[in-house]
Amino acid sequence: MSSIQSGIRQIFVGIVCLLGAAGASQAQSQNWDDTLAEARGQKVYWNAWGGDERINAYIAWVGKRVWDEYGISLNHVKLSDTADAVSRVLAEKAAGRTNGGSIDLIWINGENFAAMKENGLLHGPFSETLPNFAGVDVEHKPSTRVDFTVPVEGLEAPWGMAKINFIYDSARVETTPRSIPGFLKWAEANPGRFTYPTPPDFIGSTFLKQVLIELAQDRDELQKPFTSEERFAEVTAPLWDYLDALHPHLWRKGELFPANGPAQRQLLDDGEVDIHISFYPSEASSLIATDLLPGSARVFVLEEGTIGNTHFVAIPFNASAKAAAMVVADFLMSPEAQAEKQNETVWGDDTVLAMSKLSKTDQQRFNDLPRGAATLTPEELGATLLEPHPAWMTRIEAEWQERYSR
Amino acid sequence: MLLFLAPIVAGLIGTWLPAVGIFPALGGHEFSLAGWRELFAYPGLGSALRLTLTSGILSTFLSLVLVIGFVACCSERKSFQALRRLIAPLLAVPHVAVAIGLAFLIAPSGWLVRLFSPWATGWTTPPDIASVQDPYGFALTLGLVIKEMPFLFLMTLAALHQTHADRRLAIARSLGYGPVTAWIKVVLPAIYPQIRLPIYAVLAFSLSVVDMALILAPTTPPPLAVLVLRWFNDPDLSMRFVAAACASLQFGIVAAAIGGWRLLEIIIARLTRSWLTDGQRGYGGRALAPVFGLAASSVCGLGALSILGMAIWSFARRWRYPDVLPSVVSLESWMRQGSSILTAGLNTMTIGLAAAAIATTLVVACLENERRQSVSSNGRGIWLLYAPLLVPQIGFLFGTQVLAVHLNLDGTWWALVWTHLLFVLPYVFLSLSDSYRNLDERYVRSALCLGASPGRVFWRVKLPMLLRPILYAMAIGFAVSVAQYLPTLFAGGGRYVTLTTEAVSLAAGANRRVAGVFALLQALLPMIAFGLAIGIPALLYRHRRGLRGIA
Amino acid sequence: MSQSNERNESRNSLALRGVSLGIAGRALIAPLDLDVAGGEIVTLMGPSGSGKSSILAYVCGTLEPSFDTSGKIFINGQDMTGFPPERRRAGILFQDDLLFPHLSVGENLAFGLPQRIKDKQERNARIERALAEADLEGFARRDPATLSGGQRARVALMRTLLSEPRALLLDEPFSKLDVHLRERVRRFVFDHARAEGLPTLLVTHDPEDATATGERVIEVQPAMVDNPSASRTPQKNHEISTREHREVGIIKKLSL
Repeated sequence: MSSIQSGIRQIFVGIVCLLGAAGASQAQSQNWDDTLAEARGQKVYWNAWGGDERINAYIAWVGKRVWDEYGISLNHVKLSDTADAVSRVLAEKAAGRTNGGSIDLIWINGENFAAMKENGLLHGPFSETLPNFAGVDVEHKPSTRVDFTVPVEGLEAPWGMAKINFIYDSARVETTPRSIPGFLKWAEANPGRFTYPTPPDFIGSTFLKQVLIELAQDRDELQKPFTSEERFAEVTAPLWDYLDALHPHLWRKGELFPANGPAQRQLLDDGEVDIHISFYPSEASSLIATDLLPGSARVFVLEEGTIGNTHFVAIPFNASAKAAAMVVADFLMSPEAQAEKQNETVWGDDTVLAMSKLSKTDQQRFNDLPRGAATLTPEELGATLLEPHPAWMTRIEAEWQERYSR
Repeated sequence: MLLFLAPIVAGLIGTWLPAVGIFPALGGHEFSLAGWRELFAYPGLGSALRLTLTSGILSTFLSLVLVIGFVACCSERKSFQALRRLIAPLLAVPHVAVAIGLAFLIAPSGWLVRLFSPWATGWTTPPDIASVQDPYGFALTLGLVIKEMPFLFLMTLAALHQTHADRRLAIARSLGYGPVTAWIKVVLPAIYPQIRLPIYAVLAFSLSVVDMALILAPTTPPPLAVLVLRWFNDPDLSMRFVAAACASLQFGIVAAAIGGWRLLEIIIARLTRSWLTDGQRGYGGRALAPVFGLAASSVCGLGALSILGMAIWSFARRWRYPDVLPSVVSLESWMRQGSSILTAGLNTMTIGLAAAAIATTLVVACLENERRQSVSSNGRGIWLLYAPLLVPQIGFLFGTQVLAVHLNLDGTWWALVWTHLLFVLPYVFLSLSDSYRNLDERYVRSALCLGASPGRVFWRVKLPMLLRPILYAMAIGFAVSVAQYLPTLFAGGGRYVTLTTEAVSLAAGANRRVAGVFALLQALLPMIAFGLAIGIPALLYRHRRGLRGIA
Repeated sequence: MSQSNERNESRNSLALRGVSLGIAGRALIAPLDLDVAGGEIVTLMGPSGSGKSSILAYVCGTLEPSFDTSGKIFINGQDMTGFPPERRRAGILFQDDLLFPHLSVGENLAFGLPQRIKDKQERNARIERALAEADLEGFARRDPATLSGGQRARVALMRTLLSEPRALLLDEPFSKLDVHLRERVRRFVFDHARAEGLPTLLVTHDPEDATATGERVIEVQPAMVDNPSASRTPQKNHEISTREHREVGIIKKLSL
């Protein structure tokens, strides 16, 4: 009985694979109109971090737009950690589900992308064939094609530009640090008034990388995986020394860290800390506009520049609605969606597009955006430091856990 | 029955196999203890273990002591009745809502401090004290006590009713025993066996709680259950083996804790045997009454304030430290969340109603069958029913998820309802079985002898007479379903957003305005259910005085 | 009652043939033969726990299956053994009136009325008649919980009689009533039972009940097996526990 069943299942799987393969080869020859036609009526489950109400509201707006425009029903599956989605796709692969997967689109970058790419969990390449990809500023924003040093190779579509900046309440704080060593001095002078989100939260981890880069002797070495354990220990030694010195002066004496960025934002607003680490250059103004921070909130950056990266959307290998997922990914890169996203009263996340590649009217969309008092000009924002290779990141996160989570 | 236990067993196996290195999808085909080695090499394991054990055992112990102390000392006081009324709504409030509210209430920049700052405390900025997410897990313990005390209290009340405690007490009092001593000597030994399983369920839950721990427990390191979740979700897929090992460890700890607790029961029973009959009347217990009265009321008060705080947050636009009340009020949080409230609320309601209705139907069918077949429920049956409450969720849900994926059921509405049923069913059974079994069998006999068929007797006599307890059990089932976090996350494949999953993810994002909206809604839905469960029979039977006693 | 005339003529009867009860392999009631003619009231007397209530449960078909039983029950000469209770049509009254609390007085009576009487007006008329007979005119819409003990007992009897029983079983129906009420309710029940020509089996431990019938009394006497103190513990009949039974009843026939 069971052998018959397994036999039937094998045949079934075989047929499904054949159909899938046929579908895939067909998809390549399809032009965009066919994709649009196929996408109409599909349901897209977009797994995206859901910890920020403003981002959730923006995603809801996208949902409304793609419904009106393309007849796609977009569902935001709110994650507390993007790794949850990676985990789910893996569980589906473990169970042999090669299509009809439960996730159609993931908001992703860095180590999660590296993990999915390495395990063959991604659909594509697709992103560079999307119509709106033509507007992406691949020349001046190289992180749109290399995600944390890992080549994207069309497996994810760029969505937004993040860059570390620091928000403080100018009504309460007069001097702000200008460098990583400066942070230590500042913390010593203001005990208990600074902290960073618990790694592996992406903002917390990025702060660690900022320290690593600024204290490293050879920054280029960080662009490749580390060559040996000894090398890792040597290169990261200044980081650990720094943290050992910094932690006693942090909020809760470095024994407790906020869960994520918004949690730290709440601490800033509650007056428990004086500095909040933000990933979006216009976030401060956005938070003021939405009354989540006082009007006296301002932004500072570091002299030697801060880490910047690109965040993307990717499609799992077994997504149920690949066509619609691609249409959504394309819409996210459209000038309309990008300008809305950069709007400070909405989210304040910088665009991946190049103004020079846009039409006059589209450029105007961006020029017309409101500009809050807390938003720095691109010049003021300073240099962008490149993300290290994910291998460093993964290892540093684990090492951090070992050292400070006991 | 099997249908309900199968996922647990399969889930446990699906979790244990990877713990010993077997997980084909990740290339694990051979027996290996690497996962365990890595687990024990984790430097935070000791602290995580300590945190888990102290918060889990302490909260269970405190809840039990509070309940017993309060019932023993205060059953004649006015506060007893007042608290009795407050307890049902508190029981209905999901853990997450309490956790979110409590976190705001007791934080250094929280409501309690704001009430006294800066005029009394001098704190112009909040003090740097870890009163939430403290390294000792006291905040988590407090949160658990707030939620578990009402549950044990309700279970104790039911047991008191069953064992005719008032008569026992009256006899002991007439023999000259002081009220508290009398209670402990003649009532406690009778009711303890009845509340033993609920206590174990509380112990197991407290040792493996995830949703509350995410909000109230420290993060470096978190309790074991949160570690398991974190490792299961680690992008480094080899961490699955460690996660599975940790989940198995978690299972072992719960089993050991229950075993240890049982052992302690036996020892205490032995040691106090002679004390029971040594004739000491003990009049001193009365002095403890105010202490327990105050302690129990404070716990309930904290619970109520937590919800109130969140209710106010949901209407706040600006509410900074040290303002006691919001400086700017608006309805915006509710308006902006309109569509997600609708989706999450509808999902919560349909899943909750389905799970509660199915569970109630099954339980009624089960109890009716039990009566007709005259099979007396044996002790083992009730243990099986309790199994989902005694096995740590995190220990089997991952395995269950793989099973559901294999059956192509994951992320479907039915898988979700099915998983909820695992947890809803025991509570519905617990709440309904006594009323059902206690219905005077002679009503049925009279009706049969009047010529009514068994079916007619069931529909026309039994169901209407039991309407109140049945609806009440349904409301409990609904409340349990509403509160489920992990099962919804795992079985729903993240596709089904409920008020609870939304509240947890927003609590992590720390936007209190929106978290307040969801916490409040999450608390309101079960309360509405309870209101209906009490209101409908009251309305239908407003002219039927004889039914008020049956519940 | 007019509708009972036909039954009077058909001469109801109740017969027990070799009925014995036991539990867990122990005999409880030795084989009992008993004939009750229409209109006759036979009393089974005995202390609590002697199994006399179980005999009634066996007659009306609601005895728990955990009992070992043998013997046959004949109602109107028809072997009813093994029939479900609703087919036997043996009405029973307990010491509590057991009026359904969710139904009004009238609805309780309607529950007793056979389904074959379809006509709404006819049903209402019968209920009104029954109420009048119990001196409870206009009580149809009342909540049973608002009635006095005596009124409730009368409604309970009327509900049973409306179901057109072929025999009447009385399980200590007067023991919970006040002394002054007891006499009146007793007479009310007995008069109706006789008027309807129902073979009636009364179980009681109150000698006054037995005297009041002025008819046959059968004493169910318990015999100790191993635990002398057990018999002295008062137990209610309907609470016969299935596990703690240590008594064997022997039955002695008395004539008055």
